[in-house]
Amino acid sequence: MNKSVNLSINGTRHAVTLDDPRVTLLDLLRERLDLTGTKKGCDRGQCGACTIILNGRRVNSCLTLAVSCGGAEILTIEGLAQGDVLHPVQAAFIEHDAFQCGFCTPGQIMSAVGLIMEGQAGDDEERIREGMSGNLCRCGAYAGITQAVRQAQARMNERERTGEAA
Amino acid sequence: MNARVIASGVHQSAIHDSAARHVQGSALYIDDMKEPEGLLHGWVILSDRAHARILMLDLSSVEAAEGVVCVMTARDIPGLNDAGPIMKGEVLLADQIVEHEGQAIAIIAARSFAQARDAAKLVRVTYEDLPAYLTIEAALQAERFVVAPLHMQRGDAARAIAEAPHCLSGETSAGGQDHFYLETQIAVATPQENGEMHIFSSTQHPTEVQHIAARLLARPYAAITVEVRRMGGAFGGKESHASLIAGMAALLAARCGEPVKLRLSRDVDMLLTGKRHDTLARFSVGFDDAGRILGLDMMIALRAGHVADLSGPVLTRALCHVDNVYWLPNVKVSGYACKTNTVSNTAFRGFGGPQGMFAIEAVIVRIAERLGLSSEAVRQINHYGPGQDTTPYGQSIGENNTPRLLEELKTAADIARRRGEIAQFNASHPYIKKALVTYAVKFGISFNLPSLNQAGALLHVYTDGSVHLNHGGTEMGQGLYVKVAQIVASCFQIEREHVHISSTRTDKIPNTSATAASSGSDINGMAAKAAADIIKSRMAAIAAAKFGGAADDVVFSGGYVYLGNRSISFPDLAQLCWAERVSLSATGYYRTPDIHFDQASMTGSPFYYFSYGACATEAAIDILTGENRILRVDIIHDTGASLNPAVDIGQIEGGFVQGQGWMTMEELVWDQAGRLRTHAPSTYKIPTSRDVPPIFNTHLLADAPNAKPTIFRSKAIGEPPFTLAISCFLAIQEAVAAAAGWPAALTLCAPATPEAILRALGGGKEGSAFCEQKAAKKLF
Repeated sequence: MNKSVNLSINGTRHAVTLDDPRVTLLDLLRERLDLTGTKKGCDRGQCGACTIILNGRRVNSCLTLAVSCGGAEILTIEGLAQGDVLHPVQAAFIEHDAFQCGFCTPGQIMSAVGLIMEGQAGDDEERIREGMSGNLCRCGAYAGITQAVRQAQARMNERERTGEAA
Repeated sequence: MNARVIASGVHQSAIHDSAARHVQGSALYIDDMKEPEGLLHGWVILSDRAHARILMLDLSSVEAAEGVVCVMTARDIPGLNDAGPIMKGEVLLADQIVEHEGQAIAIIAARSFAQARDAAKLVRVTYEDLPAYLTIEAALQAERFVVAPLHMQRGDAARAIAEAPHCLSGETSAGGQDHFYLETQIAVATPQENGEMHIFSSTQHPTEVQHIAARLLARPYAAITVEVRRMGGAFGGKESHASLIAGMAALLAARCGEPVKLRLSRDVDMLLTGKRHDTLARFSVGFDDAGRILGLDMMIALRAGHVADLSGPVLTRALCHVDNVYWLPNVKVSGYACKTNTVSNTAFRGFGGPQGMFAIEAVIVRIAERLGLSSEAVRQINHYGPGQDTTPYGQSIGENNTPRLLEELKTAADIARRRGEIAQFNASHPYIKKALVTYAVKFGISFNLPSLNQAGALLHVYTDGSVHLNHGGTEMGQGLYVKVAQIVASCFQIEREHVHISSTRTDKIPNTSATAASSGSDINGMAAKAAADIIKSRMAAIAAAKFGGAADDVVFSGGYVYLGNRSISFPDLAQLCWAERVSLSATGYYRTPDIHFDQASMTGSPFYYFSYGACATEAAIDILTGENRILRVDIIHDTGASLNPAVDIGQIEGGFVQGQGWMTMEELVWDQAGRLRTHAPSTYKIPTSRDVPPIFNTHLLADAPNAKPTIFRSKAIGEPPFTLAISCFLAIQEAVAAAAGWPAALTLCAPATPEAILRALGGGKEGSAFCEQKAAKKLF
């Protein structure tokens, strides 16, 4: 049974024909659209490496069926930078050394972007730690991750205040 | 002469070489690479019995399943069915007998991942169960060991204990730990012409993958090329066990004549590959009124699993770290690597060191309890000092940074004031109890086995002045690649952007050791420097000829090469060398000097130097729920003259957090049938952002260059900070003591999960300190 799905990924419209209704959004991205920045760490919604933004909310793409994404707006790690200009969260992750092996990093960054979009990051480290606790980092770079999210939120607030485009 | 030096060399906090790609998702891991045409997907069929004879293995339905191209068992291996890294006869695929749940019994290649995985479910196996030995205790009683027991001895421990004013006996245990690298084990094997094979393997040990693939395929080493650009975490889990996955992929690729990718799912990864050795220690100790250890007799038993794998060297390192920072005048330590019907345990950050260091702390707290002293006082009085500075295996500890670290920690962590506050808090709060401990560590740097301490590097300077860097070390996130690039940049005095880092390959650097034992930057950095020095000497000769002078007077600095008041840019000199027909390519080689170890007598100086660290850790427990939090941690760590302070601080924080997981929350549970019940993040909890200490201060010990002439006087960093997290357990134990008294606290065993804390608060129910037996009763 073939099923056709139209969805927007990083601003580009895709018409995808699925030969299997069980294909996850993660596998669609990685295996059919060659968007391999989103990682598969556990494939069961428990590690957060596959986090992407779906219609403005962060989700585990390994638990999202691609067929359910008709009409969806999807943002992945590949769509975050504007050309050569990194998103404030990306820049802050580099500045705060918020990774080691880098495998969880795309998921961490998309989760942080989602947390900020949801208005939940704030300036409170405890809130950031809570809001980021669904993204595992086995290298234990959490201290840097928390600082990076806090700084990115502050910079984005500042830009909003001064009217500069984020 | 222009004295300008480059800005991106050693001792700078350079960002990770892949930083920009990591944050954009463009750093490629093996599963992200473009798949070659015709790629087949591998899968593994696992045993579901702990110990059994295979009476019947029916793979006909698997072979007939849609998309399946080939199915292989032990009988189909063209070479030797042997994946042992040290010992012979450690089978890759079970042949007639399975020795643990999760052991591979057959491998499949199919057109798609889903087809391979689905086909595996069609296997039919009839087993005859055999007696399974699942615990350390069971194996000890049956005297089942994977290697001969080890004995380390100095002085007369028995006599010292008998003559001591006080003596006591005790027991402690610590659990295992899954590596839980975020990138599961993976390999892509691609057949080449003439029976050769190229393997991308997520491995810390490309040479070993090469050797084992060659052994399985009955091919010479030279026919196998192994390559790895980066791993998504490894922590020791991809030291010997990456060979299993790569070996299976290579077998399937050779059989099918097509490239094969084998990527383990999380569950299969946790079932098929080994973990940190869980530990049981028993001891008798004699001591004086001040708590000085006069004699110690200790037994350390590790759960090795079904084969030896790396358990012998892990046990050796455990024995070599029982002393930690303590002087043990009369000591006997016996080590047992217990053969159990559980997956073979393997290398994991610290490699037995943490287990040995954990064990001695049980001695310390029991002495303190017996004498009514603080554990800190007992630690302090047993520290190494002048005249008391030789390890049980006979090595002088050399420079001893422990006193300085602990002194600086007093101020950095504001210890006296906080101790007072905690005492007040504990006196007033009905159900939260806190404790603060200070803890110092010493960790031996070098592989215990001297022959492993060698490394190679390959450098090319091109005529535009750019440099191609290759060495035998692998990148798993620890920042090795950037550190070695900094070293090369400093040697040539060119900015690091001109040094191009390339993937680790067995056809560039042969006969390498694993990137392990914290040795990566020490030995590969030295090899890269050796290569750079060779090329520099050739370039200097050309510069000297051009300018008229002595090559010895040529100076490389800030992108230029100087002789007297004449200079030439580095790229121009490279071009000139080419024109003068001088080679700009060199290999560098390094072997660590001054190390020796006699495995039979367990004596020698196996470590080139020691790395030191100290921390102050504050924990709180809730006596109603057993929940614990690590509230604040202050660390001062000795990195010598750090090659890259930012990378080293990351290693310290990350190592500590990983150790915190081992000590406080990560719990592997096997059921009565020997089945691992914790093989996914749903049941196996590693630290999250919520678990790290909210106050987490990390400092590098200032102005402490390595006394040994290591690479730019730096010190290794990978493993030592992990051991600092033993302080999490000690702080929780002190908090239990604050709530329920020391006799109860001494029943606590690791990991200090909420359940374990509640049991300890209840005095261990049976009133016994025999944690392992207690756990065994509960679980089996």
